[in-house]
Amino acid sequence: MVEAILTLMTLGLLFGAGLAFASRVLAVKRDERIEAVEAALPGGNCGACGKAGCGMFAEALVEGRTQIFSCPVADPENLERIAEILDLDIDTDSDRKVAVVRCQGDDEAAKDRFRYIGIKDCNAAQMVAGGHKACEYGCLGQGTCVGDDVCPFDAIYMGPNGLPVIIEEKCTGCGNCVEACPRNIIALMPQGLPVYVLCVSHDGPKYARKACDKACIACGMCVRKCPNEAFVLEDKLAVVDYDKCQAAGVCIDVCPTGALVGPAGSEEKRKEA
Amino acid sequence: MPSKTFRGGVDTPHFKEMSASSPISELPAPEKVTIPLTQHIGAPCEVKVEKGDQVDLGQIIADTDAFVSAPIHASVSGTVEAVTTTRLADGRIVPAVVIASDGEDRWHESVAPKGELRNLDADAIRSIMREAGLVGMGGAAFPTHVKYTPPPGVDLHTIIINGCECEPFLTCDHRVMLEFADEIVFGLEAMMKVAGAKRGLIGIEENKPDAIEALRQAVGDRPYDVIPLKVKYPEGAEKQLISALTGQEVPSGGLPLDLGIVVNNVATAVALANAIKTGQPLIDRVVTVSGDRVGRPGNLRVRIGTSMEDVFDACGGLTEAPERIVIGGPMMGQAVFDISIPITKGCSGVLALSAEIAPVVEEKPCIRCGRCVEVCPSFLMPLYIADYPHEASLEYYPLDCIECGSCSYICPADQRLLERIRLAKVEAEARQRSDDA
Repeated sequence: MVEAILTLMTLGLLFGAGLAFASRVLAVKRDERIEAVEAALPGGNCGACGKAGCGMFAEALVEGRTQIFSCPVADPENLERIAEILDLDIDTDSDRKVAVVRCQGDDEAAKDRFRYIGIKDCNAAQMVAGGHKACEYGCLGQGTCVGDDVCPFDAIYMGPNGLPVIIEEKCTGCGNCVEACPRNIIALMPQGLPVYVLCVSHDGPKYARKACDKACIACGMCVRKCPNEAFVLEDKLAVVDYDKCQAAGVCIDVCPTGALVGPAGSEEKRKEA
Repeated sequence: MPSKTFRGGVDTPHFKEMSASSPISELPAPEKVTIPLTQHIGAPCEVKVEKGDQVDLGQIIADTDAFVSAPIHASVSGTVEAVTTTRLADGRIVPAVVIASDGEDRWHESVAPKGELRNLDADAIRSIMREAGLVGMGGAAFPTHVKYTPPPGVDLHTIIINGCECEPFLTCDHRVMLEFADEIVFGLEAMMKVAGAKRGLIGIEENKPDAIEALRQAVGDRPYDVIPLKVKYPEGAEKQLISALTGQEVPSGGLPLDLGIVVNNVATAVALANAIKTGQPLIDRVVTVSGDRVGRPGNLRVRIGTSMEDVFDACGGLTEAPERIVIGGPMMGQAVFDISIPITKGCSGVLALSAEIAPVVEEKPCIRCGRCVEVCPSFLMPLYIADYPHEASLEYYPLDCIECGSCSYICPADQRLLERIRLAKVEAEARQRSDDA
């Protein structure tokens, strides 16, 4: 009787010691921040970020494989706690990045070189004589950036005029659509900037004007008229320096083709225009 | 005995009667030629002339040190008007030289006969091939001298001359065989000499009995075989032709070279014969101008760099606005939207087709009938590859597709199979490159 108890006690002690030893020596080292971030996340495991759950997202975030705003559910309080843990400098209002379709060349504005009758895929359209659009930079409108297999959040759809439309509230900035576009038209940009250049054409005045009514024709009006000298022309395309931009909105008023779009300037002014 | 052929393929309408009986006529040098500096598979050439330079017929205007490439020659004599860019049939914009012709067709001093074939050794013929800018004239435009430079250890034993011309409408090779049979045999003889090959085969589809006869006569008692082949598309595709003639299959991912075989188009053989006999580089080629929207379909000898527009005009122009204009054959050619595109070395035909011949069809759902699998001459399963972007599609060997279009042609649901396969090929190629790297 006593022997049995002693034997079991000894065995128990031995196994316990072994486990204690193993948990110290063989422990998998995990970044402590991952757990902290996971705790700071909403914890719904909804998968809206594109990861399998909050744990996976936290891991990706700590390892720098995703961005903090990819969790669409997190409220500012969550975000600030995470930012503290990861020592990030964020502004929860303006740092949220969303996909922006940098082309306004819809069926009306952009001219076609020929009628494309191939399959509905921008990569295929691009392979037919370099694309049917007269503008070799503009949106081909076949919807390769749209669909469940591209956007897991239903944040992008094809508009009626052959251009994709982003639903900013749903967009998480995951960048899938950016990757899908063969012409690199979609970009992740901070939401609510004063002005966006919605054109990626480097064609310059002579050709761009013919190819599309909404093109940046590199006229330089924005460069000359911006009171804060926030614009430059880079290879025949207007580029904004957002550090200099004071949201005066003059650029939007003077742009002859409407390639510049944004909330800058006054409501009335833009209504007049 | 049934005639030789490959497995798979489709029977297409031929439309060859429109131009088959019209002899090759010469299109005189146009006022202006636009010569693209990329006309072949391989490295692009660098321009060697400047605006304002006087150039002679056959003078090299662009060249490169790269091995897989071929120099480009002036196809008229005259003044270089501009060094600019032009669009090719596939939509690429490439550098080009525009030459205004002075109408004199003054030959360059470098153009001279290269002497008797028996006095030329393999290296000499190989360098003639390169100097003359020879590329495969069946359409792919692969530099010829590269085909005859096998890696060490490869023994080239068989040369095949391709006279199948299985694409509908095209008759340029047919006319070349009728009118230049002796040059073809001379070219084959030179090719045999370069390769040190023992066997020379000439494969011709049996719907061209006159060409078979012409070549048999030209061959005479020399040990080359002229072999009639079953009329089927794509009989003239390199790998299918090899299978039809020799029963051997080019391995997946391999080249005819792996079997010790080289295939050349009849027009390439003629160009080689000319390069040896007269020293004339590749400055022109025979082009079939056909289709039911062309005034007078025919076969024209056209200077490289002549615009499609000039070629159509020489054949009575376009009778009505065509539904589609195609460079090459209707099965593998490229539809183009701009007829200022120049004729290049690999361009075998220009076609203007009506909507009756080239209708736009609606795609219907795949019914899994397997017709595409039956006809695929590369023994692939087109419907599964065309499933791209589904990952699994890349496991069905998209890179073995020769893009003949038989699957799209036969599909009862009018699925755009080849278009989708091309997408899968782009992705598969990218992955192969990153795997190699």
